[in-house]
Amino acid sequence: MRGWTRKAVGYVGAAVVMVVLWELASLAMHSPALPTPADGLGEFAKQFPVLLPHFGVSTLRVVSSILLGLVVGAPLGLVLGRSERADVIFGPLVFLNYPVPKVVFLPVLLVLLGIGNASIIALITLIVFFQILVTARDAARSLSSAAVLSVRSLGADRWQVFTNVVVPGSMPEIFTALRISVGTAVAVLFFSETIAGSTGLGYFVFDAWGRVQYGEMFAGILAMALLGVLLYEAIELIEARVCRWARAGR
Amino acid sequence: MADVRIDSVSLTYHGVDADVRALAGVDLTLADGDAVAVIGPSGCGKSTLLLAMAGLLAPTEGAVFVEGEAIARPRLRTALILQDFGLLPWKTVLDNAELGLRIRHHPPAESHKRALEALTRVGLQEFLGLFPSELSGGMRQRLALARALALDADLLLMDEPLSALDALTREDLQDLLLSLWRDRRHTSVLVTHSIEEAVYLGRHVLVMSPRPGRIAAVVDNPGMGDPGYRETEAFHQACVELRGLLAAEGALHREGGAS
Ligand SMILES: Nc1ncnc2c1ncn2[C@@H]1O[C@H](COP(=O)(O)OP(=O)(O)OP(=O)(O)O)[C@@H](O)[C@H]1O
Ligand SMILES: [Mg+2]
Repeated sequence: MRGWTRKAVGYVGAAVVMVVLWELASLAMHSPALPTPADGLGEFAKQFPVLLPHFGVSTLRVVSSILLGLVVGAPLGLVLGRSERADVIFGPLVFLNYPVPKVVFLPVLLVLLGIGNASIIALITLIVFFQILVTARDAARSLSSAAVLSVRSLGADRWQVFTNVVVPGSMPEIFTALRISVGTAVAVLFFSETIAGSTGLGYFVFDAWGRVQYGEMFAGILAMALLGVLLYEAIELIEARVCRWARAGR
Repeated sequence: MADVRIDSVSLTYHGVDADVRALAGVDLTLADGDAVAVIGPSGCGKSTLLLAMAGLLAPTEGAVFVEGEAIARPRLRTALILQDFGLLPWKTVLDNAELGLRIRHHPPAESHKRALEALTRVGLQEFLGLFPSELSGGMRQRLALARALALDADLLLMDEPLSALDALTREDLQDLLLSLWRDRRHTSVLVTHSIEEAVYLGRHVLVMSPRPGRIAAVVDNPGMGDPGYRETEAFHQACVELRGLLAAEGALHREGGAS
């Protein structure tokens, strides 16, 4: 409980500081694109019913992309990290493609998959996939050989070593990668929705901008920020459960 | 019965730059229920020998036999305890103790019961839900022992199991090891860097030569296991003898030997 109250106090404090800075910035700029906190939040409340479906669509897109990237990337990375043979074959492929900025492939995806969910999810998945793959591989590689040896001495086969040591031992690093990829994923979501969407928060923001509806635009931006924060917190929560051991004894 | 025969075992590591010959013709016979301590210069191949006995490293030449059978893979009732205890940080005390049984597909209820008994034997019955990071060094060592006990191990291989502990905890655990051995009469192989520990816990003390390791000498230590052995003249004598042998192997002054 103490941890929770501390966290809550931290969040409230940070929110207060942000609102104050926001107020100052909007007063200084005096531009309709940056309303005061009172106006901005008021607009957010007013637009809420309109925003909600867009928020839902965006959440669905980004969550399914992250899950897909995780479900494919993490096991593959762990296998590459533990199997020399797999790494020799697939490692170069991964490292040749990892540094390539995947966003530039959006036009290709649009041609292949058309405008809409498929292209957006494919693009975010691609980016998240590589981030998680590379992290999982490194995590699996640097696992303590003592843990592996002692489990093998108990008669574990490769699969049991994988489930008892490699997977749980790499979890903290995989969660770190997940948290980092949330930021990237939301950014790419915004970008791809402005181009490939007729729904979603990115589309909403861009559309409002085009119609010079700065109030709506700002409400959409707030919703996008909220989406990022909520995702991040969700991952924190899951991690606290899954990796309880990593926080124990500190 | 876990008698062990090591038959001219040599083992060479194929390193990245060069091959390292770690063991060169080790011959050794352990009777069932024997307790041996292995001591020797750092890097002489003690851990390597233990891993070969556990069936985790295949000898380049020769073979290890346990109960007359050549060991090619980890054996059911051999337990290995490594220096950092080999516990899994993500498993609780109970789960760690059960691990060996679960890996061998024992029924959960039976695994649970045997793990609980073992944990009770080493005095950890009140800490079932804690993670290893929440235990003291001595408690971690007890947990590693409990895992071996739960397996009903008849061959216990230990690689410097107590070297990370403070002096008091260490003596405490030495006594626990001794009392477990007295009760169960498993075959025990203990690698150690401490002369006193070797004499306290080894009925036979094997002295290894610098790398590539061989058995350079065997010290018989019949008084081992007697009550209050640490305070006796015989204990002291055995320590002196062992120290002399180690000095002759260059183990005392040139840690690590030539490289
Ligand atoms: N995986 C490995 N690859 C290459 N060389 C190794 C490997 N493991 C050990 N060696 C080398 O083999 C030799 C014996 O190693 P081993 O760990 O068995 O020694 P040790 O007697 O246990 O040493 P210590 O007392 O320091 O624990 C050492 O010279 C070591 O450098
Ligand atoms: Mg060693």
